[in-house]
Amino acid sequence: MTVEQQTRFRTLKDIPTPDYMSPGGSLCAGCGGLLAVRLFHKVLGPNLVWVNAAGCLTVMVNYPYVPLKSNWLYTAFASAPAGAQGVRDAFDILIQKGKIPAEEDVKVVVLTGDGGAYDIGLQSTSGAMYRNLDFYYLCYDNQAYGNTGFQVSSATPIGSATATTPPTPSEPGGNMFKRKDLFEIWRAHKPPYIATLSSSFAVDFLRKVEKGSKMKGPKLFISLAGCPTGWGYDPRETIREEKLAVDTGIWPLKEAVNGEVKHTYLPRALKPVEEYLSTQARYEHLFRPTKRTEVIRMIQNDVNNYWKMVSKDENVEIRLVGE
Amino acid sequence: MLQGMPSQGYYTRKGGEGVLSGSTLMTGNLAAAWGARLAGVDYVPAYPITPQTEIIETIAKWVRLGQMKGKLVQMDSEHSMLTAAGSASLSGARVFTATSSQGLLYGLEMLYNISGWRAPILLVNVSRGLAAPITLEPDHNDVLAARDSGFLQFHAETCQEVLDLILLGYRVAEDRSVLLPAIVNLDGFYLSFTREKVELPKMDTVSTFLPEYDPPAPLRATKPVSHGATVLSGNLYSYFRYRMHAASLEASEVFRKASAEYGGLFGREYEATEGYMLQDAEYVIVMSNSFTTIGKQVVAKLRERGVAAGLLKLRMLRPFPFDDVAKSLAGRRAVAVFDQNLSPGFGGILYPEILASLYHKKNRPQFVLPVVGGLGGKQLTVQELERVFESLRNGPPTFPDRPDPMYLMREDEFDRAKRNIAIASGGG
Ligand code: SF4
Repeated sequence: MTVEQQTRFRTLKDIPTPDYMSPGGSLCAGCGGLLAVRLFHKVLGPNLVWVNAAGCLTVMVNYPYVPLKSNWLYTAFASAPAGAQGVRDAFDILIQKGKIPAEEDVKVVVLTGDGGAYDIGLQSTSGAMYRNLDFYYLCYDNQAYGNTGFQVSSATPIGSATATTPPTPSEPGGNMFKRKDLFEIWRAHKPPYIATLSSSFAVDFLRKVEKGSKMKGPKLFISLAGCPTGWGYDPRETIREEKLAVDTGIWPLKEAVNGEVKHTYLPRALKPVEEYLSTQARYEHLFRPTKRTEVIRMIQNDVNNYWKMVSKDENVEIRLVGE
Repeated sequence: MLQGMPSQGYYTRKGGEGVLSGSTLMTGNLAAAWGARLAGVDYVPAYPITPQTEIIETIAKWVRLGQMKGKLVQMDSEHSMLTAAGSASLSGARVFTATSSQGLLYGLEMLYNISGWRAPILLVNVSRGLAAPITLEPDHNDVLAARDSGFLQFHAETCQEVLDLILLGYRVAEDRSVLLPAIVNLDGFYLSFTREKVELPKMDTVSTFLPEYDPPAPLRATKPVSHGATVLSGNLYSYFRYRMHAASLEASEVFRKASAEYGGLFGREYEATEGYMLQDAEYVIVMSNSFTTIGKQVVAKLRERGVAAGLLKLRMLRPFPFDDVAKSLAGRRAVAVFDQNLSPGFGGILYPEILASLYHKKNRPQFVLPVVGGLGGKQLTVQELERVFESLRNGPPTFPDRPDPMYLMREDEFDRAKRNIAIASGGG
C-alpha cells in the first residue's frame, strides 16, 4: 500500500475540523506545546484520557475551567506513564469482568514536557515500555523546564542559555552539555512506534499519530514545542521557528517502526544553523557582544555529522553546510 | 522477602478451591493477601520490599492460578506502583497494594495525590524501621510519615485483625461520605511472619458486606472528567483540604456502623480503640500494633499483683479517635504513651496526640509519661514495661514540670551496642 492509501491526511486541508480543546487557555501566547496537543487530539478523537506529568500544560486545566472534551488526570512529575498503566489496566479488567461496557473504553495518552520525559520520568517511561503498555506518549519538547522559568533540562541543546546556565565570562557558552538522544533511548526498548513531530509539518505530524494509532503497545512521540517565552522570540513566529529547526536539520523528522528508523522529511540542502540560532534570545550570547564562532561551529558540526549518517543509512544526498 | 521465609500459598479444602470458613494458621502477610482476595480486588500494582513481599507473591500466585480474578502488575518503583494504584481507582477498579518502610517513603508523594484524588485504594504497610542505618525490623516511623497524607490508618495487633481491617477498611474508604484511601499497618516480622489462627469469612458473605466499588466520577469515554486539576488560589485549595479533613472525620462514624455490621456477620466487632483491663484502672499504657500483646501480658501480671493497671490500644490512627481516647483515659491517675517511633528533637510522635485528646478534660490524668521503645524492632521485655508502670505509680519527681521521657534500652543492650561500636572502630 502506498502512503496515500494508508492515510486520511494528505494536505493541510485534511486537518480535521473538530477541535477537542476550547480556546482561551491560560498558557503563553504562541505556545508550541499547546499546538502539538491540539493536533494530536484531532487525530485521536475525544475518547481518551490525558495522563499528565507536571509541566507547562498542567496549568491548562485550571479549576473550574477545563478546556478539554476528553478526560484529564494530573498525576505527578515522575510517574505519568505509571498513571497510564493504572488506567489502561483498570479499563481492561473492568471491561473483561463486564463491569463497564466496551463503549466506555478510552485511549490512554501520557502528556509530558521534556523535564518529565528526559529527566525525572525516564524510569517510569522505561517501565511502561518494558511492560508493553498499550498507550500513547506525547512529549512536548521545549528543551528546558519552561513552567518554572526555563532552567536547563537534559533536552536543552548545547549553547542554549537557560535560567540555570546563564552565559558568564567564565562560561560564555550557556549550557555545555549535549541533549540526550531520547529517540534512541526509547528505540532501545523496542516499542512498535516512535516518531518525532513538529506542528510546522502538520501533515507529517497527523500521519504519524495516525500510523501509531494502528499499532498496539507503546507509541511514543516527541514534538518540538516552540516556546516564545523561553526561547525568546515573538509568539507569532512559533511555526516559523519550528520550521527553521527542521530546515536547518536541527530537528529531524523521523519515525521508527518496530525499531526501523526512517526519516519522513529529507531536506535536500540544510540551511545554516546560524539562521535558526540568531532568531532566538536564548542564543543571543553566541552573537553578541562577540560572535562565538567556535560554539556555532560545534553545533553545525553536530548537525552535519548527524545528516551524514542519515545520507549513508537511507542512501540519499543531502547538502550540508560549510563542507 | 527474606530467603527461607515461608511463603504460604493457597489453600484447598473439601469443596475445592472455595474460601475457607473455618480458621487456619497463617502469617500476617498471608492474612493480608486473604484480605485482598476476599475483597475481590480488581487490580494490584506491586513492587517487592522486605518484609511485605510475601503478600504480593501470594497474590501473584493466586492470580496466575485463576483463584483471584484481577490483575497484578509489578511496577518499576513504589512511586510508580502508587501512581498506578490511584489512577486505576479513578478508573473504577478496586485496588490493593502493599509496601514497607523505604518503599512507603519512596512513594510518599503519591499518597497525597491519591487522597487528593479521593481514590479509595487500600494499602497495606508492613512496618519496618527507616534507613540509615538500614534495618529490616519494625518501628512506626514509616507509617507515621504517612500520618498527614489523608489516608485513613488502621493498625493491627493480630493476623485476624489484619484481615478484618482490610475488609472494614475498604468499606469505610469507599463510603460516599468518606472516599479516602486507607492504610492497614502490621508490624514486620513480629506479625508479618508470625502464624496465628485466622478465621476466614465466606466470600459470599463478604460480598454482601462489601459490594462492588461504585466510583462517583470515574474516567469514562462518554462522560469525561478531570482529576487532579490545578487550583491557583489558596481559597480553593483550602476548601478542598477542609473537605478532605471533614471526610476523614466522618470516617469515624462510618467505621463504627460498618464494624457493628461486620460483627453481626462475622462475630468480630472492632472499635477505634480497644481497652484491656481498663475498668477501674489507675495506671494505663497506650500502645499500638503487635507489641500491644506484650503490654497486655504485663498488665495481666500486674493485676495479679493487685496493681490497677490497664492498657489502651490505638487501632484507628486516622481519623484520630479523640473521644474514645479521652473517654478511656480521663480520670486515670497516670498514663504512659508507648511510641514505637522517634521524632528526633521532639520524642514520640503519638504522645502529643494523646495529650491533645486530654487537655480540655477536667479530670485528665495527673501526668502523661512519654515512652519511646522498640525502635528497629528492638525487643520489648516484660521487665521494661513493668518499669514504665513503676514510674507511673511513683509519679513524676518534679511535678508539675514536664515528665522526663523514658527511652527504653536495657543496660545489657546498651553494653552490647557499645561493644559493637568498639569493634567497628577497630578496638574490641
Ligand atoms: S513557557 Fe513555553 S512551553 Fe511553557 S507555556 Fe509558555 S510557551 Fe508554552
